[in-house]
Amino acid sequence: MPTYVRTDQCDGCKGRDKTACVYICPHDLMKLDPDGSDTGHTMKAYNQEPEQCWECYACVKVCPLNAIEVRHYADVVPLGGMVQPLRATDSITWTIRFRNGNMKRFEFPTRTTAEDSINPYAGKPEVNMDEISNPGVLFTRGTHACDLSQFIHS
Amino acid sequence: MTMANDYFFGKPEIIEEKVDILIIGGGMAACGCAFEIMRWAEGTGLKIKLVDKAAMDRSGAVAMGLSAINTYMGENDPADYVRYVRNDLMGIIREDLVYDVGRHVDDSVHNFEEWGLPVWKQPGDEGKRLVDGGKPVRSGRWQIMINGESYKGIVAEAAKKSLGIENIQERVFIVRLVTDKNDPARVAGAVGFSVRDHKFYIYKFKCCLIAAGGAVNVFRPRSVGEGIGRTWYPVWNAGSTYAMAAECGAEMTMMENRFVPTRFKDGYGPVGAWFLLFKAKAMNAYGEDYQEKNKHTLEQYGKYGKPPYGTCVRNHLMLEEMRNGFGPIYIDTPTAMAELAKNMTPKQVKHLEAEAWEDFLDMTIGQAGVWAGENIEPEKQPSELMPTEPYLLGSHAGCAGIWVSGPTDIPGVPSHWSWGYNRMTTVKGLFTAGDGVGASGHKFSSGSFTEGRIAAKSMVKFALDHKGWKPEPVHSVHDLVEEIYRPVRTFLEHKDYTTAIDVNPHYITPKMLQLRLQKIMDEYVAGVATWYRTNAKMLEVAERKLEMLKQDSLKTRAKDLHELLRAWENYHRIIAAECHMRHIQFREETRYPGYYYRTDFPKIDDDKWRVFVNSKYDRDSGKWTFRTEPYVQLIKD
Ligand SMILES: Cc1cc2nc3c(=O)[nH]c(=O)nc-3n(C[C@H](O)[C@H](O)[C@H](O)COP(=O)(O)OP(=O)(O)OC[C@H]3O[C@@H](n4cnc5c(N)ncnc54)[C@H](O)[C@@H]3O)c2cc1C
Ligand code: SF4
Ligand code: SF4
Repeated sequence: MPTYVRTDQCDGCKGRDKTACVYICPHDLMKLDPDGSDTGHTMKAYNQEPEQCWECYACVKVCPLNAIEVRHYADVVPLGGMVQPLRATDSITWTIRFRNGNMKRFEFPTRTTAEDSINPYAGKPEVNMDEISNPGVLFTRGTHACDLSQFIHS
Repeated sequence: MTMANDYFFGKPEIIEEKVDILIIGGGMAACGCAFEIMRWAEGTGLKIKLVDKAAMDRSGAVAMGLSAINTYMGENDPADYVRYVRNDLMGIIREDLVYDVGRHVDDSVHNFEEWGLPVWKQPGDEGKRLVDGGKPVRSGRWQIMINGESYKGIVAEAAKKSLGIENIQERVFIVRLVTDKNDPARVAGAVGFSVRDHKFYIYKFKCCLIAAGGAVNVFRPRSVGEGIGRTWYPVWNAGSTYAMAAECGAEMTMMENRFVPTRFKDGYGPVGAWFLLFKAKAMNAYGEDYQEKNKHTLEQYGKYGKPPYGTCVRNHLMLEEMRNGFGPIYIDTPTAMAELAKNMTPKQVKHLEAEAWEDFLDMTIGQAGVWAGENIEPEKQPSELMPTEPYLLGSHAGCAGIWVSGPTDIPGVPSHWSWGYNRMTTVKGLFTAGDGVGASGHKFSSGSFTEGRIAAKSMVKFALDHKGWKPEPVHSVHDLVEEIYRPVRTFLEHKDYTTAIDVNPHYITPKMLQLRLQKIMDEYVAGVATWYRTNAKMLEVAERKLEMLKQDSLKTRAKDLHELLRAWENYHRIIAAECHMRHIQFREETRYPGYYYRTDFPKIDDDKWRVFVNSKYDRDSGKWTFRTEPYVQLIKD
C-alpha cells in the first residue's frame, strides 16, 4: 500500500534544512535520488520499498509541496479511490474520493496549543529526592485515589 | 578534519560514547521515560541519552496518530482496572505491575491534554480540562476519545524538550546489548549503526531502558503482495525489544501470548469505537448472531467461557463461524448509524459521520483507502471483519514480554517479585517498559508512557546507587563491528559471483529471510494458514526449520545501509519468533482460544497451568531453558 511521489511537484527539498519525507518515514522507505540514477528523475524522492509501506501518511503530511500521494495497495484495493490530507498547524482536512467519483471532506482539530510551545516542566512541582524509592509517586504527584480494601491482604 | 570518503559502506566511523543512562527507542514508553527522568536527574550530573531508529515525531506505534486513549481511570478505581485486565488475559497477569500503571496513568493523560492533545468532552463540559473534572467522552469503561492525529508529535515535543535535543540521536538502529566483562549478569553497553551515514555507535552505560516496541511481520500477513506492509501493529517494530533482551540473558515471560485483533478486513481499521461508541453489531453472512450460536463451544473453557468474554474468546466465537463456512462476518454499520440518527438533527448526523471516518483517519488511514477504492459508505453498506495475523506485544491486548521487578508497596506480592528496582529485568541494569514488560497488557499508549516514567525514576536511583561503577563490555569494539557488518562483507565478497544481484548461493537477501520466517510461523506455529492451530508435532518441524533459518541468517547480505537495517530487524524477528514458538511448545494447554489452539491440549487447565511461563536464552549455546512461576492473586475477585 505504497506512497508515490509526483514528478511534477517534488523539488527534492532543495534548499530546505531537511529532506522532509526522508527524515520522517518511520520505516526508512523514502529516499532521495540526487542524480537520477535510481529512478531517472534527478533530485526527486521515491519510496524504495513500497511493499513495506504502512500507509501511515507521515511523509504525505510533512511534504511541503504536497508531492506525495497514496495509491492503495494494488493486490487488494480496486483503482480509483483517493485519500488525501492537508495539514495545518492546528487541524487537518481530509479529502476522500471514491472509485465511483463521490467525494467527502472532513476537517478535524489536531492540537490546542501552538507547535513548539510546550514547556513540560512549567508550573510542575520540584522533586523530593527522599521519595525516589517510593513507587507510590511520580514527580507530578498526580497518583489516583486507591481503595486498598480491594486487596486480599490489605 | 576528516575527509568525507574516509568512511564508506563497510568501513564505518566508530563512535564510542559513555553515558550514565541510555534510552533505546523513541515511542510512547521512551517519551514517558524522557519526561520523568530529567526531573529526578536534575542536579545529579547524570548523563542521559536517547536513541531511536526513526524520527521521534512519527516513530513507533503512534506514528499515524490514535483516535482514543485506551487507559484512563477517571471515576474508576485501579483495582477494577486490574480485574478487567485479568479477565481479558485469561487469568494470568502480574497484578502488581498492572496496578502500578493504573494508579499513575491519569496523571500522564492530564499532561497530554495540557500539552495540546484535544480530548473529547461531554456536552456542557467542553473546554473543561480532565484535571479540573471535565467529563470525557468514553467509548468504553477505560477508553476516552481524542482528536489524535498529532498525538505522537505532541508527546515527542514534550520528550525532546525535557531531554534536550543534544541528548537525542535519531536514525540509529541498536542491534544488540553487551554484558559486562566482570559480571555476565549485568548489561554494560549497546551497539548499533546509523542508517543515514557510515557511523557505528557503541554506548557504555550504568543502565539502560529497552523500549523498542513489539514484534510485527513475524507471521505471514494476510496480504502477501504490495500490501504485505499493511499489518495492524506497526510494521517497523521488529521484535528488537524481545530479541535483544533475550540475547542478553533476560528472563522472558508469557511469550506464548500473542494478539490477534479482529479488525475491518484488509485495511485493519479499528472496531472499538464502532462496537462501543456507535453500538454496531456483528453478524454472519446470513444475518445471524454467531456469538449466541457458538456459545456451546465455550463449555470446554470453564469459567473463562462465560461473559464478559475475553478478547480471545470473542475471536474464538467468530473463528468457529468462519471455519464452519458461515462467513463473511459483517459489522452492521448502516443499522448502527440509522439507530443513532433517529433522534438527531441533520447537522448532528453529519457530525456522527465525520466521527466515524475520523476513527480511521486518525489511526488506520489505509482502511479509509479500502472504503474509497471499494465504494463503501458505512451508512449504506456493512463491512467485513476478519482476524489478522498474530503479533507479539505487551502493551495492547496481549502480554508477551520480559519478566521484571515490580513495585515494593503493593500488599500481598511475593517478595521475590521485586528484586531491586521497579521495571528492571533479571539482567542487572537492564530496564524495560511498554511493549517490553510481560504479563501486564492493556497499558496502551497512556499506560506505556506511564510505565516509561515509572522505569525512569528507578533508573535514576540505580545510576546514583552505582555512581562509581565503570562499564566494561565483554566484547571488543573490533569484534562487534565485525559481527554487525558481516552482511555487508558477505555482499561485497560474493556479489560478482552471479549476474543477478538477488540470486546467489552464498547469501540470502533480508527480504527472503523474512518471507521464510513468515512461512514457517504461518504454517507450523498457528498462523492464519491453519486457523491458528498447532500441536507438538508441528512445533517439532518448526523447531528444525527455525534452527536452519537461524544458521542461514549468518549469510544475510546487505547491499546498502537500508538493507543492513532490514538484515538486523529480521534477525530480531527470528529470535522473537523462536521464543514465541518455544513458549507455545512448553505450555501444554490452550490458554488463549481464539489467539491460538494446541489441538493436542485443547482445554484450559487451571490446575496445572495457571502459572507464568518464563524462559531464558543462552546466546552461546542457542539453548532455551524454562521454568514456571505460580500466579498470585492480589486483588479480590
Ligand atoms: C493501529 C494501532 C491502534 C492502536 N490503538 C490504540 C488506542 O486506540 N489507544 C491507545 O491508547 N493505544 C493504542 N495503540 C497502542 C499504543 O500505540 C502502544 O501501546 C504504544 O505505542 C506502545 O508503546 P512502546 O513505547 O512500547 O512502543 P512504540 O510506541 O511502538 O515505540 C517503539 C520505539 O522503538 C523504536 N525502535 C524499534 N526498534 C529499535 C531499535 N532496534 N533501535 C532503536 N530504536 C528502535 C521505534 O522507532 C519507536 O520509536 C494502538 C496501536 C496501533 C498500532
Ligand atoms: S518532502 Fe516532498 S518535496 Fe521534499 S523530497 Fe519529499 S516528496 Fe520531494
Ligand atoms: S506512508 Fe508512512 S511508511 Fe509509507 S513511505 Fe510514507 S512515512 Fe513511510
